[in-house]
Amino acid sequence: MFIAYFTEQPDASFPQEIGDELGYTALLLPNKYFNAEAVSELYQLRLREYQRAEEVGFDGIMLNEHHNAPFCLQSKCNIFAAVLAAATDHVRIELLGNPLPISDNPVRLAEEIGMLDLISKGRIISGFVRGGGTEQISTNANPAYNRERFVESHDLIVKTWTEPGPWRWEGNHFQLRVVNPWVQPLQKPHPRIWMPGVASKETVIFAAEHRYPFVALSTTFETTKKIWALYDQTARAAGYEPGPETKGYELRVHVQDTEEKAIAAAQHYMWMQGEFTGVTHPVWHNPSGYGSPTWRRQFVEMANGRRQNVANVGKDVTIQDLMSAGNVIVGTPDQVIEGLKRVLDELRPGILNIWCNDGRVSHETGMRCIELMGQEVLPAIRQYADELGLNSPFDIDAPVSLATTPQAELQPVGA
Amino acid sequence: MAVTEALPEASEQFVEVVGEKIHWLQSGSGDSLIVLHHEIGNPGWLPFYEQLAQRFTVTVPDFPGWGQSERPLWMRSVRDLAVELNLLFDQAGIEESVLVGLGFGGWVAAEMATMNQSRCKRLVLVGATGLQPPEGEILDQFLYAHMDYVKMGFHDSDSFRRVYGEEPATEQLMDWDVHREMTARIAWKPYLFSQTLPYLLPGLTTPTLIVWGAADRIVPRSCGERYRDALPNSRLEVIEGAGHFVEMEKPAELSRLVLDFAGA
Repeated sequence: MFIAYFTEQPDASFPQEIGDELGYTALLLPNKYFNAEAVSELYQLRLREYQRAEEVGFDGIMLNEHHNAPFCLQSKCNIFAAVLAAATDHVRIELLGNPLPISDNPVRLAEEIGMLDLISKGRIISGFVRGGGTEQISTNANPAYNRERFVESHDLIVKTWTEPGPWRWEGNHFQLRVVNPWVQPLQKPHPRIWMPGVASKETVIFAAEHRYPFVALSTTFETTKKIWALYDQTARAAGYEPGPETKGYELRVHVQDTEEKAIAAAQHYMWMQGEFTGVTHPVWHNPSGYGSPTWRRQFVEMANGRRQNVANVGKDVTIQDLMSAGNVIVGTPDQVIEGLKRVLDELRPGILNIWCNDGRVSHETGMRCIELMGQEVLPAIRQYADELGLNSPFDIDAPVSLATTPQAELQPVGA
Repeated sequence: MAVTEALPEASEQFVEVVGEKIHWLQSGSGDSLIVLHHEIGNPGWLPFYEQLAQRFTVTVPDFPGWGQSERPLWMRSVRDLAVELNLLFDQAGIEESVLVGLGFGGWVAAEMATMNQSRCKRLVLVGATGLQPPEGEILDQFLYAHMDYVKMGFHDSDSFRRVYGEEPATEQLMDWDVHREMTARIAWKPYLFSQTLPYLLPGLTTPTLIVWGAADRIVPRSCGERYRDALPNSRLEVIEGAGHFVEMEKPAELSRLVLDFAGA
């Protein structure tokens, strides 16, 4: 079992009533409300928390990236990864991940991740994402080519890491005259690539076809099981048996010494009117061409107010609702262990990303949560995961990709 | 079709060009007049077309990727679109025509005219995009719900209802979404204008009528003034009480201007 610590790195220093007045908390939320002094301090606190997470025994620190959004202060995940590469010792740095379509130079990303891997002495897990819909608008990346750019950028980065240069790339969306970066990652054949996601079937299939672990982000048990079924079917058709090492799950877990304290802190998961990627208009969240065409009817109904916006239901949801669904776990160490055991029973992941702190949770409360995780929760969960045979890719030294799996080992079934 | 008023049926046809099926509507008799639609697509056979059809053979193609025309997966720019339409009309044997471009279709028409002046007998640009406005910005539809955006193109909400009904069907919303996606595919950045077209326009001697809705909230009138200043043989007319979708909001006023300009 691989267990990582995660926080969105929220910036709750802006006047919260602005979001209520405007009806949105991302993309167009005016940045005149940005408080540089407060955010500078928040970065210092996050760094200390990450260092503490390493000390108490987390295997990894998960980082992510968003733009024009106070819910996430990482406008470039590679920057915080660089800080952690130097400021930590052995914890793995899990990038979930670099949004490929919004970058016009994938080779530059390959170089950046290569540097991170070298500085961290081979501790990088390189997740790739499509970026949210709002990211396409805030970085002016064409949503209609999002998936094409994702796939081509991925192919180019992997080739940059694995095929000695110099060579030339004349692709559909990217053209590079001379691909021959001097800096290459330390890990061979290349850093592990994990794919986080929520609902896009295409992304699940892409991950399974490449033998990359898929990390389901806070999805319900029911949805997650559907994702696993699709993943497993695709994996078997590709020729390998997908075990727990191909399944990751991210969820909100907050632990304190008493249930009362834990619930009080967990209220902060609802700080963005219950959302965790900010409240936005559906057409910002899902600009035309970004989503799957099979989703078009539901999308236009949501966008034009004829159907409830599934991305913004938070106002009607309480933390108790989320807790009773089982994929948000809050309480004392014993309660949290019990809840997490249920997650392991239900979903059998080999990778667990635990999102501990959000909103205005104080540094002291956040640190206590991290410490209790390390002292009480992680040992119990590791032991239980071992009993269930929930191995991570590192536990069994799984191949980093289908392309690096020996051909003789592949036995396609039901293709 | 979304048009709520009963109109004579136009004939419908599929034509193949560069291996793609293009759909068009056609009616009337006499000289050729081609109408190029907005980026929201053509809602059907409009009263404006019918009025022009009293004097012209009016052809209204769905752009490749819009309406019932096949999506060209290769297409990357509005200039590509203009080239394909020129090839389409070559193939259809339309050697000479009045080109009427509406909004985004105005940009397409201007591009087509710069490539082939001999086909373009008269050019009409109505609220045309294609040039960066010297003042203001072209409204970014990607920040608005489909219906809100279309409503912003009308000066008067009654005009919207007359064309699209009280509550447009979900199919209409889906069409707008497909068209929006196509707009992104070929005109995402820079949004709805060309950085090179301004340098080609002075070479265009075709008589050109530029028309703007006085209450256009989508494309600033400064674009119209820029077209007028760049095109040596042009004039700008403004229609009161009209937003961006002038042909749907003030069809009689617009068709009168077009017929006076091109129909003599």
